[in-house]
Amino acid sequence: MTGSPHDGARLAEAGRAPSGARDEVATTGEPLLRLRGIGKHFGPVQALAGIDLDVPAGQVTALVGDNGAGKSTLIKTISGIWEPSEGQIIWQGRHVHFRTPKDATDAGIATVYQDLALCDNLDIVQNMLLGHEIRRHLLLDEVTMEKTAKRTLHDLRVTTVRNIRQTVGSLSGGQRQAVAVAKAVMLDARLVIMDEPTAALGVSQTALVLDLITRLASRGIAVIVVSHNLNDVFKVADRIAVLYLGRLVEVGPAPEYDTASVVDLMTTGMSQRSRTANGLAPTPDSGQEG
Amino acid sequence: MTGGVQAGAAPAGGATPQPRPREPWRGPAARRLARRLITANETWTLLALAILVIYFTVRAPREFFTLSDFSLIAQNSAALLVMAVGQTYVILTAGIDLSVGSVLVLSGVVAAEYYTHNGGAAAGTGTVWLGAVIGLAVGFGWGAVQGFLVAKAKVPPLIATLAGFGAALGVSYLVTGGSDISSMPKKLTSTIGLASIAGVQWLIVISFLVAIVFGLILAYTRFGRYTYAIGSNPEAARRVGINVDRHLIKVYALSGLMAGAAGIMSLAFFGNTTIAGHATDNLTVITAVVLGGASLFGGRGTMLGTVIGLFIPAALQTGLVIIHVNQYWQYVAIGAVLVAAVYLDQFRRRLRERA
Repeated sequence: MTGSPHDGARLAEAGRAPSGARDEVATTGEPLLRLRGIGKHFGPVQALAGIDLDVPAGQVTALVGDNGAGKSTLIKTISGIWEPSEGQIIWQGRHVHFRTPKDATDAGIATVYQDLALCDNLDIVQNMLLGHEIRRHLLLDEVTMEKTAKRTLHDLRVTTVRNIRQTVGSLSGGQRQAVAVAKAVMLDARLVIMDEPTAALGVSQTALVLDLITRLASRGIAVIVVSHNLNDVFKVADRIAVLYLGRLVEVGPAPEYDTASVVDLMTTGMSQRSRTANGLAPTPDSGQEG
Repeated sequence: MTGGVQAGAAPAGGATPQPRPREPWRGPAARRLARRLITANETWTLLALAILVIYFTVRAPREFFTLSDFSLIAQNSAALLVMAVGQTYVILTAGIDLSVGSVLVLSGVVAAEYYTHNGGAAAGTGTVWLGAVIGLAVGFGWGAVQGFLVAKAKVPPLIATLAGFGAALGVSYLVTGGSDISSMPKKLTSTIGLASIAGVQWLIVISFLVAIVFGLILAYTRFGRYTYAIGSNPEAARRVGINVDRHLIKVYALSGLMAGAAGIMSLAFFGNTTIAGHATDNLTVITAVVLGGASLFGGRGTMLGTVIGLFIPAALQTGLVIIHVNQYWQYVAIGAVLVAAVYLDQFRRRLRERA
């Protein structure tokens, strides 16, 4: 990063609503998912502590943080791979306990991991309906399955695939990501969690996936995007949540931040605002020494 | 994966001058069928088989392509075909089953023991059926244990079934004391072993029925689909809620069951337990599956391919005998065909990926 991170932070600060207002903004939207005091420790290692996060429907929430900040742990906790050590998960207004990934999937939370978990030798339809095949008397109903898959791809406007019956192994990175997302959507996911969706993609492929993420949100689906790439984050995110050493240091609407302020938060866990909240004087030069 | 080659660039792709249809994957059915035929492995394997048959027919017009020769080949291959059916499932899951020949022997031996103690050559129909069921059960159980070792104990399939291969043969020798049992019920040998239905030997009918039924199961049921999925990416299968371990156990049990069936067929055909005669059945069967276009890395292959793949070495062997080539060259020829088939397959795949 070039330039002083503080300038950006201050610029963002200037146009911002008074402290505390953003929490109200978050709660009035009846968030789909609410995390309250989520903590997770592995033996003596505290990976997450006191996470309060609201994820509203129809919005893209970007989860950012440096390596080891707890991003993966947090999404794995939401998607049922790990149970939280403490705290509550409130899903559509109800307290839930996801013991297995299947619990979360059944509830409508789909996670698209970086490895995508697609079968390269199976075609697009077969992948999208894997584990949820439609049958007519014990036999696979390929016609109906193809129609269902086509409809979903059409809804998401995934139009770059030439043949819905081509194997997933022959697709490009962006198309594979699209198939993985379509697979999640097909299972009536209300929340789609995407782990580094653009990490392995080139420019045009990234655009395709970002477009897809926006379209998911416009369909009323809540999206959590974990990403290192702040350019991509600012292109799609409605809200940004910053993790630092297992704690959620900031959540707020994306327009309130810029790259510099987010980098500052990611690397130091501090910003002008958190200093203010801690009762410290917001001196222009208080910088990184905190 | 080297992404970014065709997609993303697709809107501006330039290769298609006409406006892109709204559903680009929908093309004329005929062209789609033609493309499927050209890209299908079976087409090429069948072509290879056809070339072999034509070559030998031209070289020895009177002897090779006669009905009796074909049925002889099919009859000799019946037990192998049944085992190849099970092996196809196993290889599709990226596994391998080396135990089939020995499980064939063991199932046959146990059934033969039962026959010997229940009337021998004069045993009745009920006894014959019960013995067959016992043989099938032995194969099924042996396969299930191997499947358990692979799926739950995480013993690599090569090792688990190699151990099973040795152990099944050992148990067979222990049961028989080392000498073949040869007093089979007449009701078994004279029906399944020798008789025909509408001019076709029972053994051929049974083996093809098995291949067709399990080929359909593979292509058109959830069981088949999961088999492909697990071979392609077990983690993906697990994440969508497929019980991968249980499916693997079923697949190995199926292979064992098929070896058991082959054991009974072999008893009927030879009239004795042929303990020493199946040491290389596993390799013959695996050769067939691979020639048929299946990948040892799993997820790719079909039953039709396996059937064609089984008859390529069989046709080669018969043909070479008929045109008086030293019989020892047969093994060399089959080895060469196997390597050539896999090489051509890889070559074709690379071409397609580059396109």
